[in-house]
Amino acid sequence: MADNLGPDGETLLGIYRRAALLKANDERSRKVITTGRLMMPYYSYRGQEIIPSALCASLTDEDYLVTIYRGIHDMLAKGMPLNDLWAEIAGRTGGTCKGKGGPMHLTYPKKGIMVTTGIVGSSMPIANGLAWGAQLSGDGRVAVATFGDGASNIGAFHEALNLAAVWKLPVVFVCQNNLYGEHTTYEKATAAKRVADRAVSYDIPGVRVDGNDPVEMYRASREAVDRARAGEGPTLIEAMTFRFHGHVFGDADGYMDKAQKAAAVAADPVPRLRARLIAEGIADEARLTAIEAEIDAAIDAAVEHALASPLPGLAELTTDVYGEAA
Amino acid sequence: MSEAMMDTRPAAVKPKQATILEAINAALADAMADDDTVLVLGEDVADPEEGGVVGVTKGLSTRFGDKRVRSTPIAEQAIIGAAIGASLVGYKPVAEIMLMNFTTVAMDMIVNHAAKLRYMSGGQTHVPIVIRTMTGTGMSSGGQHSDYLEAWFAHTAGMKVVAPSNPADAYGLMRAAIDDPDPVLFIENLPNYWLKGDAAEAGHVVPLGKARIAQDGRDITIVSYSRTLTETLSALKAIEQAGISAEIIDLRTLSPWDEDTVLASVAKTGRLLVAHEAVEKHGLGAEIAAVASNRLFGKLKAPVARLGAPYTPVPFSKSLEDAYAPNAKRIAETVIAICKQQD
Repeated sequence: MADNLGPDGETLLGIYRRAALLKANDERSRKVITTGRLMMPYYSYRGQEIIPSALCASLTDEDYLVTIYRGIHDMLAKGMPLNDLWAEIAGRTGGTCKGKGGPMHLTYPKKGIMVTTGIVGSSMPIANGLAWGAQLSGDGRVAVATFGDGASNIGAFHEALNLAAVWKLPVVFVCQNNLYGEHTTYEKATAAKRVADRAVSYDIPGVRVDGNDPVEMYRASREAVDRARAGEGPTLIEAMTFRFHGHVFGDADGYMDKAQKAAAVAADPVPRLRARLIAEGIADEARLTAIEAEIDAAIDAAVEHALASPLPGLAELTTDVYGEAA
Repeated sequence: MSEAMMDTRPAAVKPKQATILEAINAALADAMADDDTVLVLGEDVADPEEGGVVGVTKGLSTRFGDKRVRSTPIAEQAIIGAAIGASLVGYKPVAEIMLMNFTTVAMDMIVNHAAKLRYMSGGQTHVPIVIRTMTGTGMSSGGQHSDYLEAWFAHTAGMKVVAPSNPADAYGLMRAAIDDPDPVLFIENLPNYWLKGDAAEAGHVVPLGKARIAQDGRDITIVSYSRTLTETLSALKAIEQAGISAEIIDLRTLSPWDEDTVLASVAKTGRLLVAHEAVEKHGLGAEIAAVASNRLFGKLKAPVARLGAPYTPVPFSKSLEDAYAPNAKRIAETVIAICKQQD
């Protein structure tokens, strides 16, 4: 890969800003659940923060994102405001979906966050449609579908990659391979040695990168997004990572290899990037501490905003089933 | 008397005739001409692939280009996914799922996504797509190519379901469906594609959710749609010969269905038969019968009745297939039996 695709210092700092926000937001979400302030199904993304943080450095607000139930990191990285996010996961009227979507269906078109699906494999066919719209309009937008390694075994993955290839759609498929599909290991569930190799079947580029490495992840995303924007078609990125808190928060993760998990947690990518910024002189301790304090304050305010927002009135129950015919 | 002598209307006023197939083709073409955001996608829909297996989309790709009319792989999830995505960003895709049984392959996209995105996003997004699909017995297609599955979709909040029975309605309902802000499943009957009738004027719109009284009557209301409506009209002579005056309602939109028109009619006649080609058990007729019984209890002269297919897959053998869907003879017999249950 050409060196001019690597992130400069400012870009790396931007990736850290996002990653620090994502990490702090996940920690707060788990705390809010364990202290009983909120009840919701929560799919922790802790450990996977670098992937969307680096990916979104190459996307604009106009680009489209379709993500999944383990996707709050993707949305925050794409720019979903904290207040709207928190009010939604609290089921309040001020939420991005008026409290009617919840954590698995957050939507925020103003930042291109078009669909969040709770169905494994369903992000990809819809991202194709967004990309088709961009292709027809010639507006240069790119659509990104994120999903897990488990989704690469579902038919929709294969249907979507094939269609994207034959229609040469401006779409990037980002597989966040955290080595587990629910409770089952990658090796037990997936015949291909690498998800990226599946791109060969569709004659599109497929790259496996260390998704926890901001430089590798940034370069791969940048190249894929540039290709899509230039009308050269789709790319499959397999970003290797690990989830620290099991499938759904609260599961005992007895199915996970303890040594593997301990090693992954010890190599936590967010503090690693932080140390790197200091070591390379991109930012000093004081600046990073200030950024983190700012993030904490914004999350504090969002949580309080959410919990103070009213629950939807019962009239909401039956609205938004249909729109008004023109 | 020759045909020309029987027709006393001036030649210019005589409505042009069209088949249902031609009417749907014309509706798609007129919608595409009127609105650049209307797209067509599906298996074989473009002209190099002959404009669909039956030819419903013939001519569209030649006229509007292969960017707006795209043949797809045989991949129903990819087809509906592409339609949903494009609809979220300002397009009005008309996706063809060749046969209704093939919608099963795309149920996740239709039921979990197309139908629900408006609600789950709190109205921030919506999915103005039309899913065209054909089905129907009578072609010896057996168990996986002929089912009427409308009840599944009508049961899914957020979906609209339409099933025309004649060319003018097919045109007008398609125009309404394309401009509707929500996902519409548009059911086409395969044997009836070549049924002729008055052609619609260009731009004719039949609003969704409005039934049509196909025949006025006093003694019984028959609610039907799609090809079973054609069979019901064919049963009319035998019904009249038995001294019964039947009011026939073509439901046209199956969800949301026109309760006002149906209930007003049943309130007048006091009797109701719902007839459809789908399996009777748990079918659309159950919903209509339940609402009519509940709302008009005490005004009914006979128990509300349903007539549908038996609780079996569609059989192949001609003798069995002929016995499967309600036909004019069985509709007439059922109507006569209901009207004989006096007081």
